[in-house]
Amino acid sequence: MTEHEHREESGGPTSTESWFRSDAPAERWLLSGYSRDSRERTILLELVVRVLFPTVIVFSLYLLFAGHSRSGGGFSGGLVAGQAFVLRYLAGGRLDDSSTFSMRPPVLIGVGLTIAVLMGFLPVLFGGLVLESGTFAFTAPLLGKIKLASNLLLDVGVYLLIIGVVLDLLRTLGSGVEADIAASGEERR
Amino acid sequence: MLALVVAHLFVSLVLPGPAGRHTRLAFGAAALPPAAALGWVLAHSRAVLSGAGPVEVVNWAGTLGLGFAFRLDALALVMTLLVSGIGVLVLLYAGWYFERGSGDARRSAPLLLAFAGVMLGLVLADDLLTLYVFWELTTICSFLLVGQSGVTRESRRSSLQALLVTALGGLVMLLGFIVLGEAGGSYRISELAENPPTGAPLSVAAGLILAGALTKSAQLPFHNWLPAAMVAPTPISTYLHAASMVKAGVFLIARLTPVLAGVDFLPGVTAVFGIATMLVAGWRALRENDLKLLLAYGTVSQLGFMTVLAGSESYTGSLAVATMLLAHGTFKATLFLATGIVDHQAGTRDIRELSGVGGRLPWVTTVSVMAAMSMAGLPPMVGFVAKETAFETFLGGGAEAAVEVGLVLGSMLTVAYSARMLWGAFAVKPGVRRNEVDPTPAALWIPTAVTALGCLALGVGYPLTDALTSAYAERIAGHEGEYHLGLWHGFTPPLVFSVLTLLGGLTLFALNTRLNRKRELLPVGMSAQRGYERVMGSLERVAVGVTGRIQVGSLPTYLAIILLTVLVVPGAVLLFRDTPVENLRWWDRALQLPLAVVILIAAAGVAGARKRMTAVLLVGVVGYGIGGMFVLGGGPDLALTQFLVETLTLVAFVLVLRRLPARFTETESSRWVRVPKALLSVGGGVFVGFASLIFSSARDTASEVSVQYLEHAEEGTSATNVVNAIIVDFRAFDTVGEISVLAVTATGVASLVLTARSSRRRRHARSRRDIAATSPGTSSGEQGSEVS
Repeated sequence: MTEHEHREESGGPTSTESWFRSDAPAERWLLSGYSRDSRERTILLELVVRVLFPTVIVFSLYLLFAGHSRSGGGFSGGLVAGQAFVLRYLAGGRLDDSSTFSMRPPVLIGVGLTIAVLMGFLPVLFGGLVLESGTFAFTAPLLGKIKLASNLLLDVGVYLLIIGVVLDLLRTLGSGVEADIAASGEERR
Repeated sequence: MLALVVAHLFVSLVLPGPAGRHTRLAFGAAALPPAAALGWVLAHSRAVLSGAGPVEVVNWAGTLGLGFAFRLDALALVMTLLVSGIGVLVLLYAGWYFERGSGDARRSAPLLLAFAGVMLGLVLADDLLTLYVFWELTTICSFLLVGQSGVTRESRRSSLQALLVTALGGLVMLLGFIVLGEAGGSYRISELAENPPTGAPLSVAAGLILAGALTKSAQLPFHNWLPAAMVAPTPISTYLHAASMVKAGVFLIARLTPVLAGVDFLPGVTAVFGIATMLVAGWRALRENDLKLLLAYGTVSQLGFMTVLAGSESYTGSLAVATMLLAHGTFKATLFLATGIVDHQAGTRDIRELSGVGGRLPWVTTVSVMAAMSMAGLPPMVGFVAKETAFETFLGGGAEAAVEVGLVLGSMLTVAYSARMLWGAFAVKPGVRRNEVDPTPAALWIPTAVTALGCLALGVGYPLTDALTSAYAERIAGHEGEYHLGLWHGFTPPLVFSVLTLLGGLTLFALNTRLNRKRELLPVGMSAQRGYERVMGSLERVAVGVTGRIQVGSLPTYLAIILLTVLVVPGAVLLFRDTPVENLRWWDRALQLPLAVVILIAAAGVAGARKRMTAVLLVGVVGYGIGGMFVLGGGPDLALTQFLVETLTLVAFVLVLRRLPARFTETESSRWVRVPKALLSVGGGVFVGFASLIFSSARDTASEVSVQYLEHAEEGTSATNVVNAIIVDFRAFDTVGEISVLAVTATGVASLVLTARSSRRRRHARSRRDIAATSPGTSSGEQGSEVS
């Protein structure tokens, strides 16, 4: 069953459209607009999470880039970003389609792995060995001196892969189980 | 050379898009890389024949000694002419053979090109591991090509058989390569040839490698995958038989004979297998009514012939096998392509249904006759030249005489099935309706004619062929100039054998119809195909049995097995070895103490918890406590990861708990179960406790490796965070491996969950349907409401 069909069943803006339209959120990023199956919505939590979400993502990116010289790295960065999505899911539920990522989790995992592996072979093109790394330092305006190591790309691969793994977890154990419960509930009725 | 191979693979990656719409253009484009390879090889041919071919080594993991090594030598030259030359022709032919825009064309154009590319890599490889990589790639390519879209059961079965037989042989061969490389101290074939290892390792390696070569070149008793692979479209069969895959086995033996020269059983083994294959397959070919199957058994038979020659380790034998490779490539390509034309234009390739095609397709008939003459070994074709040389090889007494008799008998069969193929495809048969045959487009028969002309040109121009093949044979030192290819050597024993072969073969052909009738009366003996099926069947039964006994589906059982193993194996070592715990300190910082108390209380709580949720939360407390320990110990990276993973685990647990009962099962199990369970878990806990004490006290000072990491992190990777430097730089190879494992695990778990759910859904749907079926009133009511 697709998400779309489900939304219509669980009281989308069909019959009582005028009621919904009056207070339907205009800002899509602010509220999901559809209530969860039959449970109470925790509007405050939803709102807080929505406001918090970009910050957590930025923090995860910070961890990713800082990993080379301070605590962090692709693995922890990816976990933090993944947990941002977990928060979204916990607050909005599976019907909150803004919490779904536009890329399917397996694809994301594949992209991460591909980046990491290609990154490993990249040095061969420049006459190096597999997984050899190089450092590029330059001075950027406003930011000052920036030092980038090529193996950051390996970390980026790890980062994406971890996000993919977490999203996969949400897809199967989270919204999947929820959809199951909803389906079996319908049958019992 | 690597660039050429990569060019093949790159173009084949780009092709699938355009191949769907512009079939002919795509095949034309696909023919370009092999053509380039052919041109490049021809440009270097003079240097190669004088023994100074180009060498190329690309190190990609130098510290591990891994690299791609390529060398263009005389044997590689001969093989490249076949691989690329026939590749170009087959690709051009395929452009007209496949229907425009068909799925087959879309799949075959890139796959055939990739196949040509990996074959090129295989014949040029000068490194055992490089060779192995390309060897297995040919296996995969052929699997995809034979399987095609995988719609029919037969194509799936045949492609799987080809894959299993050749890949298993390949694995055995890899073992042989490793033995050879380790014993010889190098994986470069050219270095091994100069300094071959000796003694037992060499014999073992030779045996293992032979297994790979014999399966790949479809020798008895592994011959059946090749005829089964005939379900593939004709251009693919052509390439598989004439230029690539199956020749790889013979090529491998020919390539490694300098290395394996010291193995005394090599000529014997190849002779026995080769002759047996030659005879059995030749005999089978006389019975087949499908032209392609007839030719396929012909290939198997010829491969037996070549295997005998390749293993002979003599100058004349080497000359013969190189010439035979060229001869077989040209005539088999011609015959397959011609069969494809007959099949394409007449709509059948069954001998019993074909009649009078020869008169309608005069050109195709002419070139087929030329090729069949070459196959039967008639002058002035190259097949004759090769066969004379082969007969010349085994003129000694004793065992050699037996081999010679085998070759003569096998060649008689070859003559007989060559005649049968010509008769079957082109002759007018009484009592069979003449086929309607469309005229042949030029693009189909021109490639066919080119290969047929090759049969003639290589035979008439034997000095040139001699120059080409003797350069390979000269690696057997001390025999140069002993024998040269030629159409006329005077009244010699080989000539007598050739005449005998021809007469015997024609007699066999004349008697064949009567023989076939007799053969039907004979009991069906052993069949390799049935043997293969039986082996596969029993393998499946064994797998089901083993799985049923080991995978009992009880989590406590699995856990008990794991814990027992841990207690018995490392636990025993811990008990019996003197492992002192030195410098035991109770704590480093005062804060560790309350944290430890919290962890202990939580752990005790887990053991006593009745509700699942409580247990999960308490496990979380333990996890966070450990994270706190890491913070106190000065490992912020470790602590961060621990906290994050702990959180994620907790979330996952909570998500799953929604499907589980709130409490642990309360059924009281008997004392016989409970006591061992408790003992086992206490034992496991005690073991882990002691082990961690000992492990941590054993590492009192920083190990040498850690010191190295700390020293080189900054200058080597410009990282001030050593942990990260280790993960992405020093041990980046591990990281890639680990994330691959992670990807596989995540995908696997997700698929398991999704599969379980979809099957549950289906069960639900079925039960609902059953309810509807048992109460007709409701179901009709439902239908009524649907209608209204």
